Amino acid sequence: MIDLINVKKAYDTGVQALNGVTLHIERGEFVFIVGDSGSGKSTLIKLLLKELDPSSGAIKVNGVNLNKMKPRDIPKYRRKLGVVFQDFRLLKDRNVYENVAFAQRVVITPTKRIRKNVPKMLSLVGLAEKYKAYPKELSGGEQQRVALARALVNQPNILLADEPTGNLDPTNSKEIMRLLETINERGTTVLVVTHNQEIVDEMKKRVITMQKGVIIRDERKAGYTQHAD
Amino acid sequence: MFSLASVATMSACIFLFGIFFCVVENFQHMVREMEKSVAVTVFFDEGLSQEQIDAIGVQIKARPEVSDAVFVTADEAWDEYKEIYFEEAPELAEGFEDDNPLANEAHYEIYLTDVESQDDLVTWLESVEGIRRINESAQVADILTNFNLLVGYISVAVILLLLCVSVFLISNTVTIGIAVRREEIAIMKLIGATNGFVKAPFVVEGIMIGLIGASIPLGLLYFLYTKLVSFMGDKFNILTGLLQFLPVSEMFRILLPTGLALGVGIGFFGSFFTIRKHLRV
Repeated sequence: MIDLINVKKAYDTGVQALNGVTLHIERGEFVFIVGDSGSGKSTLIKLLLKELDPSSGAIKVNGVNLNKMKPRDIPKYRRKLGVVFQDFRLLKDRNVYENVAFAQRVVITPTKRIRKNVPKMLSLVGLAEKYKAYPKELSGGEQQRVALARALVNQPNILLADEPTGNLDPTNSKEIMRLLETINERGTTVLVVTHNQEIVDEMKKRVITMQKGVIIRDERKAGYTQHAD
Repeated sequence: MFSLASVATMSACIFLFGIFFCVVENFQHMVREMEKSVAVTVFFDEGLSQEQIDAIGVQIKARPEVSDAVFVTADEAWDEYKEIYFEEAPELAEGFEDDNPLANEAHYEIYLTDVESQDDLVTWLESVEGIRRINESAQVADILTNFNLLVGYISVAVILLLLCVSVFLISNTVTIGIAVRREEIAIMKLIGATNGFVKAPFVVEGIMIGLIGASIPLGLLYFLYTKLVSFMGDKFNILTGLLQFLPVSEMFRILLPTGLALGVGIGFFGSFFTIRKHLRV
């Protein structure tokens, strides 16, 4: 599903963000990527989103080589990915329903189907009754759930989450992780970049630890640190 | 807010363009009318038979520069002369009753299709056998030609200037729009919006600014022009022979599509190229 072969990424500033990352993620896996700031986790997500190109090495997602992808094919590729961020990135001038519907409008979904899909997705994340609320009227956890609904409404087969609990309290963090697990159980491959040791330790999923642009540990059913499990 | 400012400035530009267009069109209309009265007159050698004169007349009428050629016989020329100069004392002209002093003044009055072609025609006439004299209104022709050119140059310069200002304004509006909606655009791109989907709202906004910005001044111009034509007709009818305004319907048959196309065109190109520059999507 996701393959990285000796991927290196150096920024124009000279910073070597990734320094030979080789990685294989199977369809339907739930994977945590952990590591200190500057270890290359976010660069990895940006490469998978095709926001950045690697300096060398190959990236294959869903059998497609991203290095050879033409710019005009990028939108189609991104439609198969869902993405959530630490800062939610919701449209502040639109309500919950409109934020989720926005993702469907972008991919030119007929209005009839939008009216059917959005409430279904809001029910999944537990916000069916708050569809009229604006982001500022929601808690951090609720905002992240809207972002999740938006990421999932187009039914991607991969969900990328960059520090999804970074701005949340422990209760909301657990809530979001429970949701991600549900989504994963439905068949979506989930890749979560996080600093949240407690959650990683609790969920016992595959954990990839990065340091200075290389993978230093890759274990299944693991905790945040080697000793945790 | 920025869109409103753009609509206002676009309206001002199209309004100025409209005024200028009306002035130029009316001037050219007046020039065309005056051109109709600018004639070249040719007189023939003494003793030339009517057949020979007719043959020259056929050649003249076949020239592309000629819109019409009217033959005036010696008697007609004398009648015309009498009317003008002996109007007060017709008895003075009676002395010439049997001896037309203008016996050799039979001539062709030649009207031109375009005043600029007068020189070419005169050069050709000079080479025609049997023509004794050519009277031309060279000065009028020159003045009209030069003035026409001057108005043409000024209009092109002003229109170009207005175009640049309008494109700059639209471009500015779109740039601000992109800055305000940067986050929305970034989200769109991450979700998988195509380039066209991201660009479309900005291009539509540009076209709408152009369309509204053109419609308002065109409506205003229609109202003002109608009022002006009827006002000039009522109050200054002494000048109607000189100032012949193009009718409202004829003026707006050209100005309406031109103004709308200009507004929409500026809106489209201004926004399209700005978004291409600012959004590498």
